[in-house]
Amino acid sequence: MTELERLIQLLAKLPGLGPRSARRAALHLIDRREQLLRPLASALTEAAERVKACSACGNLDTRDPCGICADPERDGTAICVVEDVRDLWALERAGAFRGRYHVLGGTLSALDGRGPESLRIGELVERVRATGAAEVILAMNATVEGQTTAHYVAERLEPTGAKLTRLAQGVPLGGELDYLDDGTLKAALRARRPAG
Amino acid sequence: MEWSAEAIVLSLRKHGENAVVAGLFTREHGRHAGYLRARPAKGGGWPLVGNRVRATWRARLSEHLGHLTAEPLGDRAGEILDDPLRLAVLRTLAALTELCLPEREAHPALFDATDVVLDALARDAADWPQAYIRWELGLLAELGYGLDLSHCASTGATEDLTHVSPRSGRAVSAAAAEPYLDKLLRLPAFLAAGRGGPAANDPAEDLKAGLALTGFFLERRVLLPHNQRLPPDRDRLAERLARANENTVRTI
Repeated sequence: MTELERLIQLLAKLPGLGPRSARRAALHLIDRREQLLRPLASALTEAAERVKACSACGNLDTRDPCGICADPERDGTAICVVEDVRDLWALERAGAFRGRYHVLGGTLSALDGRGPESLRIGELVERVRATGAAEVILAMNATVEGQTTAHYVAERLEPTGAKLTRLAQGVPLGGELDYLDDGTLKAALRARRPAG
Repeated sequence: MEWSAEAIVLSLRKHGENAVVAGLFTREHGRHAGYLRARPAKGGGWPLVGNRVRATWRARLSEHLGHLTAEPLGDRAGEILDDPLRLAVLRTLAALTELCLPEREAHPALFDATDVVLDALARDAADWPQAYIRWELGLLAELGYGLDLSHCASTGATEDLTHVSPRSGRAVSAAAAEPYLDKLLRLPAFLAAGRGGPAANDPAEDLKAGLALTGFFLERRVLLPHNQRLPPDRDRLAERLARANENTVRTI
């Protein structure tokens, strides 16, 4: 196998890329060797060597503790619990939360054989106890697995005395009622609030 | 190959960025899997486990996984998500259906029973715990391991049935059960359909006995031969039901 074939084969393993798009990406990289290929290769090497999971929250960063955990400006009394790092990044993009995070590393799933011991729930309970966090926000997905995990985490956190909250469910910004599913509409109506 | 049918969503396993392999339960085609893409234009998500959908399955050959489309037919799971106990029952029911039923084998009676139990869960009907335990009995019967609770295996009596033999799965009357109480499984009054002994003073005890009874036979006869165990949510159901019963006394 040539180096080029190997590159194409590896690129094809990336999410969203198949063999055809991997070939296109490989050619694009080679055409832009100095501007793209070399910087990408060096970024990949650096990421492989330096990026690791934060020992406190599970976020990915080159530092341990990560930038969020080490930031003194962040509110240490609020911890937002998310399923994985992608959810943490989504909340950070929104810029609406200035507390700290805790990444569980997935959801409970009987069919996939994922029990509480394979998630970072014990670490969360310890962390809440140790830091005396006042509020824990359970920001799991609004799916059966996500909510089951949220209930389980809530049960485990109950003895810590921290205030447990969760994300609201309802009409997305820019959403049209006509396109919403029945469940979201019902949740939105249940969570209605005074106008004005 | 193509079919279209109403289906209950049993499982969703992520496949790549924008798709899942969905496990469905249909009246006509039994448990059936298929590849389901997200619909970003219509909100992006997939139907929730437990919800009813109008599913269309297409494949070139019948043995292919095939592609699915799923139009939601109302929402039930959304009504259950906030209640940890009912959510645990929904997950257990879906997991047991996935674990126990062979693929692509029609079980219309079990499909109807599943639909009824899920509706009862969504409405938070007073008798949903009993309905769920009866569903597990129905599952055993569909798989060919039905319990015979119509008369006593020993005396033939049809009244005062209080226990079940773990070996034969047949009911035993109170009188015949007396010498073997430590070996027999308790038959709760609500499962004996008017022919049973007195209901327990604490309704939670009857529910626990019902779960222990069906759990015993599901594990021994259906799951263990395939090196499977009862889902973890199922293990904690009895304890959770008892705890819930302390707050809300449910009528049988």
